[in-house]
Order: sequence, then C-alpha cells, then structure tokens
Amino acid sequence: MSDRYTLNKNLAQMLKGGVIMDVTNVEQAKIAEDAGAVAVMALERVPADIRKEGGVARMSDPKMIREIKEAVSIPVMAKARIGHFVEAQILQAIGIDYIDESEVLTPADYENHIDKSSFDIPFVCGARNLGEALRRIGEGASMIRTKGEAGTGDVSQAVRHMRTMQQDIRRVQAASQPELMHLAKEYAAPFDLIQYVHDNGKLPVVNFAAGGVATPADAALMLQLGSDGVFVGSGIFKSGDPKKRAKAIVEAATFYDDPEKLAVISEDLGEAMVGINCDALPEEEHLDKRGW
Amino acid sequence: MKKIGILGMQGAIEEHREKLRKLAGIEPVIVKTKEKIAEVDGLILPGGESTAMGRLLNYFNLTEPLKQSIEAGLPVWGTCAGMILLAKNIEDQDERYLSTMDITVKRNAYGSQLDSFSCEKEIPEISKDPLPLVFIRAPYITELGQKAQAVATVDGNIVCAKQDNMLVSSFHPELTDDAGFHEYFAEKFV
Repeated sequence: MSDRYTLNKNLAQMLKGGVIMDVTNVEQAKIAEDAGAVAVMALERVPADIRKEGGVARMSDPKMIREIKEAVSIPVMAKARIGHFVEAQILQAIGIDYIDESEVLTPADYENHIDKSSFDIPFVCGARNLGEALRRIGEGASMIRTKGEAGTGDVSQAVRHMRTMQQDIRRVQAASQPELMHLAKEYAAPFDLIQYVHDNGKLPVVNFAAGGVATPADAALMLQLGSDGVFVGSGIFKSGDPKKRAKAIVEAATFYDDPEKLAVISEDLGEAMVGINCDALPEEEHLDKRGW
Repeated sequence: MKKIGILGMQGAIEEHREKLRKLAGIEPVIVKTKEKIAEVDGLILPGGESTAMGRLLNYFNLTEPLKQSIEAGLPVWGTCAGMILLAKNIEDQDERYLSTMDITVKRNAYGSQLDSFSCEKEIPEISKDPLPLVFIRAPYITELGQKAQAVATVDGNIVCAKQDNMLVSSFHPELTDDAGFHEYFAEKFV
C-alpha cells in the first residue's frame, strides 16, 4: 500500500463526525464553512436540479471550482462522471482535495469505473452494499459513501444501503476462513479486502452516508446506523433557511446520540426541502442504479 | 487511574481513544460538555477541521469554560486542528478560538491534500526511537511567543511546541502505530 493512499485515507478520518455540503457558488461555500461544514462539494447544480432539468450532467466548470477553493479554507471536493478519468485528471490538476466519482452525474463508461489507484488525489465513491464498496476500494477509493437517492430528500435508500452494508459486514465477519473465497465470489469483491472485513469487522476506509439527508434527525439516524459522517446535497440550499439548517445538521452530527439535544437542535428550522418519495420515481430515474 | 479526555466535537476522536486505551493507568473519556471538562485530568484536542470544531465549541457554549480550564492549568494537547484552536495568532485569519498559547500558526501551510506527507524524525524530548510523523493538510508554527518553546522542527518549520500545560503538534501520532507521543503527554503533562 502506497504512502499516498494511506495519507488519502487519513484525510477522510479527519472528516469524521462532520457534515460535507453541496455548494454551487462562493456565497454558498462561505455559508457552509461558516456553519461548520468539514468540507464542501463544489458543483454547478445540486442533485434536485439535475433531476428536474434532466440532460447530461457533467463535471463543473473548473473556474467555478477554483473560485470556491480560493474562498474557503476547508477541503474542497468536486464530482467527476463514473469512468470519466479525464475529468478526474482535470480536477487533480486544479489541486482540489477530494474527487467524488459520482452517480449523480451521467456516467461516461457503463462498464469501468476510474482506475483511482493511478491518481495521487483521493477519491470517494458511492456504494449500495459491501461488494460494491470493496470493488471501489479495490480500484483505489479511499473513502466510501452510501449512494442513497440523491436529490430526493428521502432518506430511505441511504438507510437501506447502510443497513445492507452492515448486514454484509456481519456475515463476512461471522464466516469461517474456508468460506471467505466463496463470499469474495458472491460479492464480486477482491479477496484481500474480504479478508480485511472478516478480520476487522469494518471497511478499511471511512464510510459516510449520502443521498436524501434533509434534516438533523436524518443525519443523526445515519450516524446511529454506523455512518462516520454525512453528505448533504440538496437538503440545505433547497430548504427555507439554509443557514439555520446547515448549523442544525452540523450540531446534530456531534450530538447524534442525545435525543434531548436533538430536540432542541431540530426546533424552528423553517421548511425542509420539498422532496420526492423514492417509491414514486420511475425506474429509469433511480440514480443509485448507476455504477456497477 | 487518570482520566484523559478527547474533545468530541468532530474529527479523529476514536483514533486517539484507541491509543489511550493501550496505556496503563489511563481511562479515555470523550468530552462534549462542560461537566465532562471538569472531570478530566488532561484533554486532547484531536485532528479534524478547526473551523468546524471552533463553531461547535461556540454552538454548545464550550469555548469559555474550556479556555478557563486551560488557563487554570488543565493539561492539553492539540493535534493539527487542535493546534489552531489553541493558537493566539492565526495567519490570514481574524477569528481566534481558545487563544491560550503564545504561538502564530499558518493553516494549510503545506497546501492542499496533494501536499500532505509523512516522514520519520528523531525527537529526543519525546522518545529515543525515531517517530513516524503524518501531516494531513497540516499547519505549522511561524512564530513562537516568549513563553512557548519549540520541541521539533521539520525542514526548518516548527511542527511541535510546548508552553506550561500546553502541547501542540502539526502531525497526527494517533494515525500511526507508535504510542510514544501519547505516553509522553500522559507522563509529562497529565
């Protein structure tokens, strides 16, 4: 394992217990930093708008990403399309801190993800279950997040993905040594990573929740389910009072296991994003099916 | 049994707790409230994002009580973001946090994540063996006040310093397999 990969996993450890917020301009980035975000995700349209407007969603304008990088002192992340390694090369050249190879953008390759191990810059990738997480880690991802269902404000898919991952981990942990190769085959995951999960009972990288987190209670739910932190996409800047909501979600990530504090934190936040029930989405609009 | 707290706002909290668990006679405690600050014999401010931790200390009205405890002698060790929380001066930034230690620090002093690095270094004050040092978007100290004293430098930059009951490091001993730095804090400060 290279030094660079270890350092990249280490940066994700520094983000734990924190909230990473989607921002589309300098003003929003400053609001996010001021509220206590541990990092910002710079993108042109939040997932809710990508959903609404349709069309091909691509990497954001490097100029806009650079402006956000200059405006804040916290780490800046940006999204590349699944498999689009040139977008990733460009983002690395800008010198941001993390790339999200994201199903929220339209995939560029329907078979292969980016070979992340050939980059110096760290990558976070979405996953719905243990096999998918370990395939991404095998390709060089140094951080994992649930896919959830971005841009809906419906946390149910993030819950499903986190619970599935935990169930898979418990199963691998409880298996006997001779059964591990079969599990590696079943999960379509690298054997050495299955072995790691068996020995340690957890992923070898930090695991955040993403996709549908819209309230402090949603954030606390994901942390109580075992996430190391949360990404909030459309949930903040599509709500009635972004400043208040951003602060409240940051507070909830610290006191996620204290219901009395959460009650106070959740008071008087104005309107949450309107949201879309995931069950009401036609099959082709499920972003979590992108990536393999 | 001594209790060493880890400030539990955000960041590499578990990593410090794991290290402290391995030390004899030390009970690690996660500190999120004023009451807990009063209970501990020493406190670690972990790595993470200093702006986020600074905000959270304010949100939960912990900045003042913590500052007073440190000024009254509570042993404290700030790693990375923790160093920034303790500094009296921060370059290119007006905001201060606990502001108890006579140092000027430069945030993200090495650059972005692509400039994060690790190295090995002998720090005689801490341990006889060379220590692995991990720098993640790290700050360093650009100026020491009269009371502060440098403990280690890397490439001419001060990356570790002490002043009375306060210890700071730019690097992250909690991310390595070495417990030397945690032992040093527990024995010499707490």
